[in-house]
Amino acid sequence: MLVVQGLHHAYAPAQVAIRDLSFEVSAGEIVSIVGPSGCGKTTLLKALAGLLAPTGGMIRFQGQVVRGVPEGLAMVFQEYSRSLLPWTTVSANVELPLRYQPVDSIERTNRVSESLQAVGLSGFGDRYPWQLSGGMQQRVAIARALAYHPKLLLMDEPFASVDAQTRADLEDLAAAVRDQFDITIVLVTHDIDEAVYLSDRVVVLSGAPSIVLAQIPVDLPRPRDQIATKACEQFVAKRSEVARLIRRPPAPKVANAPI
Amino acid sequence: MRAASIFFPTPFDIFTRSAELWLSGPPSRLFLTDTVFRDILPSMLRLLSGWCAAVLVGVPLGILIGRSRYSSDILDPPLQFLRAIPGPALIPVFIILLGTESTMRIVLIAFGSLWPILLNTIEGIRTVDPVQLDTARVFGLPRPARLWRIILPAAMPKIFAGMRVSLALAVILMVVSELVASTSGIGYRIQNAQIMFLLTDMWCGIVLLALLGYTLNWLFLKLEDRALNWHRGARGRATR
Repeated sequence: MLVVQGLHHAYAPAQVAIRDLSFEVSAGEIVSIVGPSGCGKTTLLKALAGLLAPTGGMIRFQGQVVRGVPEGLAMVFQEYSRSLLPWTTVSANVELPLRYQPVDSIERTNRVSESLQAVGLSGFGDRYPWQLSGGMQQRVAIARALAYHPKLLLMDEPFASVDAQTRADLEDLAAAVRDQFDITIVLVTHDIDEAVYLSDRVVVLSGAPSIVLAQIPVDLPRPRDQIATKACEQFVAKRSEVARLIRRPPAPKVANAPI
Repeated sequence: MRAASIFFPTPFDIFTRSAELWLSGPPSRLFLTDTVFRDILPSMLRLLSGWCAAVLVGVPLGILIGRSRYSSDILDPPLQFLRAIPGPALIPVFIILLGTESTMRIVLIAFGSLWPILLNTIEGIRTVDPVQLDTARVFGLPRPARLWRIILPAAMPKIFAGMRVSLALAVILMVVSELVASTSGIGYRIQNAQIMFLLTDMWCGIVLLALLGYTLNWLFLKLEDRALNWHRGARGRATR
């Protein structure tokens, strides 16, 4: 569904964020992208979303080369309070993107209530985002993405700005909506536990300029459980494997670098 | 000590004289006197026309400059130059170009109150959160929708701040414009009263201006409160 080939991005000739990334994401997968901070994770996600034109390589989404924001793609940003519009209500926030899609008003209303229900915010449609807690605001952002009925959902450190308990809840919510709405999720995170817990596969990036260090399949059984899954041996092994790759990144081979 | 100074009449004197000047008309005209229709209402009409014109020019121009690098490069230098001209200095020019009727005064008020609106709009448009713009693009909002649904509402608090500063400026410019070559208006009445040594009448006009400025500001704050209710709420939450 998503193919990244030889992706390269430099903000300036001397400032290469992404050296060479290639990976694929199949329909229905949850793939996490992890790496040391400043390794170009957000740059990669922006390129996937079509918000940024990479300086090299190619991204294909559903067979089409990505130039500009493709259809069927939604995104959840880390900064929920800045991504939601404070001047309209929760339901208006969720509904806004649908107004510019070929969706009639009855269907719009249905989708808004369906997605608010999916994130457990049914009674909160008339509130303003700033009247809600951080975790609830991020749920609104997720609901907005779900109502859009995307094929692919990109998440940029979506749970980094909420407290630990809320974070665990939101992780389980993400896994649940993947099943309910039949979407593919690509998630950028700096939290190794989260990456292993949520994903079918973890893509580990090196430090900038980044390459793909490893792609680690996670075949832990689903549904996963915050306590049982994280206690099982397989989880701990995967977790250590990813952690070792990030902590001591082998120096990328300079010889292969494009000039 | 209560010295009966002719230069400084007591508030009571001013109050009774004001009632006499403006509220002693026939009941058929709600007790308003001729001078209310000849001076006060025309003054307010000029004030509001000039201010509205400034809003109608300043906000769209500000959006254009704030959104487009190109128009900003072209328009910014001449605008910065024009902005440096004190409005009243243009009165002689406007009199030659536009005569001594209301048009000249309205244009002067509009010119002077344009700048805070324009600069605040540019600033507001330029400082829209990039995350909101990215969100709008990812969710496929077409360009006009991004302007109406994201950029304008986000810039509204700054635009309103500019409009409010301009309202105070508009009152000042209204008075100044009426001190020169005029035959009606609150400013004209004040000056006329001074020349004829009707000092209580002069003070009545000054107090009326204070009341007018206060009321306009109050009304505008009410409007702002309604329009930007979300902003106060969101900010209150953030700083709590």
